[in-house]
Amino acid sequence: MDLELSDEQRMLVEQVRRFVRQEIDPLEADMDPDASELPTEEHERLVGMTTGMGLYQMDVPEEFGGAGLDVMTRTLLAMEMSQHRAGLYTPCYGTFGSMGLAQLYDANDDQKERYLYPTLRGEKRGFFGLTEPSGGSDPARAIQTRAIQDGNDWLINGQKIFISGADRADFGLVFARTSPDKGRAGVTCFIIDTDMLGFHVRRIVHTLRSTHYATELQFEDLRVPSENILGKVDGGFSIANERLTRQRIPYAAACLGVAMRAQDMAVEYVKIRETFGDLLATRQTVQNMLIDNEMDIRTARWLTLAAAHKADQGEPFRTEAAMAKIAATEAGGRVVDRAMQIHGGYGVTKEFPFERWYREIRIRRIGEGPNEVQRLIIARDLIGGAFH
Amino acid sequence: MAIRLEKPWRALTKEALKSLSAQLGVYQISNDKEEIIYIGYAGGRSLWGLRGALQDKLAELGEGHQFRLEVNQQYLSRWEELLKVHKGDHDTLPSGNKDHRPRRVGQLSLG
Repeated sequence: MDLELSDEQRMLVEQVRRFVRQEIDPLEADMDPDASELPTEEHERLVGMTTGMGLYQMDVPEEFGGAGLDVMTRTLLAMEMSQHRAGLYTPCYGTFGSMGLAQLYDANDDQKERYLYPTLRGEKRGFFGLTEPSGGSDPARAIQTRAIQDGNDWLINGQKIFISGADRADFGLVFARTSPDKGRAGVTCFIIDTDMLGFHVRRIVHTLRSTHYATELQFEDLRVPSENILGKVDGGFSIANERLTRQRIPYAAACLGVAMRAQDMAVEYVKIRETFGDLLATRQTVQNMLIDNEMDIRTARWLTLAAAHKADQGEPFRTEAAMAKIAATEAGGRVVDRAMQIHGGYGVTKEFPFERWYREIRIRRIGEGPNEVQRLIIARDLIGGAFH
Repeated sequence: MAIRLEKPWRALTKEALKSLSAQLGVYQISNDKEEIIYIGYAGGRSLWGLRGALQDKLAELGEGHQFRLEVNQQYLSRWEELLKVHKGDHDTLPSGNKDHRPRRVGQLSLG
């Protein structure tokens, strides 16, 4: 695997790094430390800049008007875009655009007209409704929300939890069991409108993140027409699974970006902070923390880029994506923790980004498939002989 | 934690605010009919937390109002929740929050 960056990749990385340092950092200096949205006028100004850079809607496939980046380039940029206070969950505050719900690229023409294109134009928002109170790590078995056919419609009853953005969404992808005795082959994906009767946002679920809360949903005889089935009846699990696997690489890269910035800050700080008459940089205990950080970052970076490379080659990358997710989320947490320790009391204040990263990066070991499940995936491939 | 902020109202006066802590959290302001006219928060950049935020509100509105508060580190999501609850109860935002972008206040099925 050749990890030498091409001239174009190098230029794009430099461009995005400059954007973060020159445009995002100064804005954050005046914003609430937990904010996740820019003032509208600033957002529009920065979208104008990213459009000029040719990077707006970078996650959207080329055929739908996106930048058409390969996974490796996208991964390298994800490592840059998250290098600011809000970067883990809102890299550059969404000024590089949003891919919307990737599953909609496989929707039929009518569904694309009603949901995909309005989303890409910024007119509609969607949510992804998979996890239920009965469990999220094993959705194929945990899904208890039921959909029963009634003429040309389906009636959905059940609950979802930890769903982001459902309270502000216009529509959502809801996974429901349509064949109770078929396990993972008995789940269907429905596109539901949030103004349909029977759709309820029951509560906000407050978490370590002060913004980007989750919601709990309830469906009471929610009537959905058959035209709103995404894909095939009983074919929902592969839609969900495909998404989760693909997401793991940029998800890992974002954690790495935060770790890289935390390390940069720690390295700078030890060169100016004195204790007992000498710089922190001269203390071996502190040096060891920086060394451990660097090894954590480089190990996880290698695994993440290896996963991206494999995805670009069109080879199976499930195991590599799982390894990247584990390595980057766990290493990222350790790096932020050590950087915080090096900064002492300042490290835990809201004047520095570490406390927000510390809270948010903890969630990453659970989100997009808990690390324990990632290990299970790797074990299955190892023992089952499908390891590449 | 109840979804609604249901603590008793207190008069918004200099004296009452003096003893408040400088912690982060959310608050509501009401008129003399106990109608909520503003929902706010004291965030991570506030100089004196809830005390400072309410002192600013007192300076802006003058006396004759009431307040209640909740210390909360998740002040942003709690603030948004209180806005949603108010919108769910009254079909509108408090008069002092009218400039809030409607897109940001989502739906919550209360009951």
